Amino acid sequence: MSAVLRVADLRVSIGRREIVQGLSFAVEPETTLGIVGESGSGKSMTVLAATGLLDAPGARVSGSSVLTTGSDGGRSLELVGARSSALRRVHGDKVGFVFQDPTTSLNPLLTLERQITESLEAHRSLTRRAAAGRALELLEAVGLPEPEQRLQAYPHQLSGGQRQRVMIAIALACDPVLLVADEPTTALDVTTQAQIIELVRTLQRERGTAVVWISHDLGVIGQVADDVLVLQQGAPVEHRGVVELMDEPRHPYTRELLAARPRLGMSGPPPVDAEGDVLLSVRDLDVRFTVASAAGRRTVHAVDGVSFDVRRGRTLGIVGESGSGKSTIANVLTGLVRPAGGSAELAGEDVLNRASNDLRRRIAMVFQDPFSSLDPRMRVGDSIAEPLRVHQLPSDRRPRGERVAELLELVDLPAAFAQRYPHELSGGQRQRVSIARALALEPELVVLDESTASLDVSIQARVLDLLRRLQAELSLTFVFIAHDLAIVQQMSHDVLVMQRGRTVEHAPAVEIFANPQQEYTRRLLAAIPPDRPRAALQDS
Amino acid sequence: MSEARDEPVVDEASAVVASPSEPTRLTAVRLLASNPLTVTSAVVLLVVVLLALAAPWVAPYGINDVDVANALQLPSAAHWFGTDDLGRDVFSRVIVAARVSLQVAVVSVTFAFVLGVLVGVVSGYVGGLLDTVLMRLVDVMFAFPVLLLALAIVAILQPGMATTMLAIGIVYTPIFARVARASTLSVRHEPYVQVSRTMGTPAATILRTHVLPNISGPLIVQTSLSLAFAILSEAALSFLGLGIQPPAPSWGGMLFSAQGFLGQAWWMSVFPGAAIFVTVLAFNLLGDGLRDVLDPKQRTLIESRRAR
Repeated sequence: MSAVLRVADLRVSIGRREIVQGLSFAVEPETTLGIVGESGSGKSMTVLAATGLLDAPGARVSGSSVLTTGSDGGRSLELVGARSSALRRVHGDKVGFVFQDPTTSLNPLLTLERQITESLEAHRSLTRRAAAGRALELLEAVGLPEPEQRLQAYPHQLSGGQRQRVMIAIALACDPVLLVADEPTTALDVTTQAQIIELVRTLQRERGTAVVWISHDLGVIGQVADDVLVLQQGAPVEHRGVVELMDEPRHPYTRELLAARPRLGMSGPPPVDAEGDVLLSVRDLDVRFTVASAAGRRTVHAVDGVSFDVRRGRTLGIVGESGSGKSTIANVLTGLVRPAGGSAELAGEDVLNRASNDLRRRIAMVFQDPFSSLDPRMRVGDSIAEPLRVHQLPSDRRPRGERVAELLELVDLPAAFAQRYPHELSGGQRQRVSIARALALEPELVVLDESTASLDVSIQARVLDLLRRLQAELSLTFVFIAHDLAIVQQMSHDVLVMQRGRTVEHAPAVEIFANPQQEYTRRLLAAIPPDRPRAALQDS
Repeated sequence: MSEARDEPVVDEASAVVASPSEPTRLTAVRLLASNPLTVTSAVVLLVVVLLALAAPWVAPYGINDVDVANALQLPSAAHWFGTDDLGRDVFSRVIVAARVSLQVAVVSVTFAFVLGVLVGVVSGYVGGLLDTVLMRLVDVMFAFPVLLLALAIVAILQPGMATTMLAIGIVYTPIFARVARASTLSVRHEPYVQVSRTMGTPAATILRTHVLPNISGPLIVQTSLSLAFAILSEAALSFLGLGIQPPAPSWGGMLFSAQGFLGQAWWMSVFPGAAIFVTVLAFNLLGDGLRDVLDPKQRTLIESRRAR
């Protein structure tokens, strides 16, 4: 069969920098090409340039990318340098796109029906009614519950996973020969990720679509791809079938990506005395939010009677899907949210009511987003010194600069970074700075709220290593919040599984992973991409 | 795509990154300097300000040197902008009036800035009942026509320079309050502010170290635009006889007295009018240039446009 998309010697440069350096690949019908690499490796650029969507001003594209439509060779179109009118005919019709962020890819002012029928009316000149019928079919195909009602719904009425399903429906509306999925599951929970992967595979089998799937996570790529192209700084590193690539990676970079993907059965945290004294004790925590909407006020029960203990030096992993209330617990512990009931004590002192500044010192928090949790107008050194300034430390008249340098060294960053601004650092480096800032006051308890969720898997692995080392060196106690059980397993001594604000299961990590008692826990476990690529399982 | 742009290609382990370590501000200044329109308007403003400051020494004649024999003279080598109905030198009066106008604009906008930003930031950060009360007050002030409010203030107090400043200052306070509040609302929910709150940082410190620096962009732009409008307002008030009182020169007052001589002495109205026009336009263009540079989204656009 002839390839749907054949790319030869594709190069993209902006200014004097070559961002994509001579890539060649082909995608056949009904197969999936996975493109994998860290942020900044040029994966998105490659696909955008190859499909003629690249509109970064000043970018120069050379090479060739031929899209073949219709069976038996059919018509071919060179997409690099094609006129925009020719590209418009192809986009949405022959090539469908799904992007990373489902919250911003849909127009908030249009109903789902309008957004799905848009391309149908443009390319297929269907009547409004025929297009609406097709939209209903598509919503059924992507497995959205109650599709008839959903047609008239607006994007904000859907969850993240449902929106991504709608995006897929839009991309598939005109039965494209090629589907481009740019990190379509990165912003989603692992369970939703597993569903989306399953959905795309089913639709691909039914329709014979060729798929280009971009991800930073080789674990996900192993689930979807037949061929894999590994990119490092715009250059192809390895390009082979997924089974061979994952079984015998040739390039060290591929091996690094393989080792970094979150999966079960990796070494857990270092063992700690299970009978140490209880540092944090939470009883019957109850948090409600009042949400004002057009339909009147309504109370959301974010956390409902959750109790747990964390012993000194241990890590409690709190795991659950988004909306399960796990971040609310973090916010209660750090004083950002006031609970309706329950108690929380740090070594016998009340955390919830009138927490003294001294108590604030002993609990630190690291947030999810490394890009916005540092003040863009403050030097890194000043950000790290901020808690010291607030609490007028160090008291022994040592210059704060010394303490900042010490903290930077602790998180493996050079002392010279103190003079930099956050935008000059990469995501991983910024998260290290956030950790250094959290450690500035020598806290006993550190709350890590999805602290590695927005990092690439390879960087995530290094940050997790750092956290484990810090815990051992400084005998810290962690509350580690994540949606990915594989990461929780690497970090935690005890695990608390949450769903809709309630405790589902709470047990030592070893027991949970060896013998999950609850259906929900089993589902979370099943959502983790397995060790072996799916293609390997199908062969045997 | 944005991902590729945000994230410099950096190996985590290799500690030292070869990236320009200059702060954002410097690049902002450099970008500003690359826009010819902005540079021109800045130069024009500089000339206006210098002229205004040096007016007492530069002015060839005294502002109230009445010389009726030489009244209504055409512009000439002796009187560059001609003379008015009392034989006073229009050029001298225009540059001295520049000093008055700028002084009124700067003082009144400073007043509006300090009061408005204080109200806006506190209101946006504290929220709740205080926010509601303060913002309704601001809404009420907004609902008054600008000149009417100024007229009322001038009518209660005596007309004069101080009153003009106060009137314009009060009229422009709600604008700053709105801008400051809107920006504060978005900054307040940024994680770096939340982090700071978890440390137990007092609210005043958060406002000073995190909120104010991060809302400075829109405020600077608003200041520049407000200066332009303050000059216009002062001219309007003086034209109506409620601002600077004759015989002290002011652009608006000069326009008023030129009214009766439109047919005979065009120079009496054209030159003060041109002075208003040039100064206000320069402030507006500078404001636009600043907005483009200080808004990060616009900024990437400019940068990429230049890279082409």
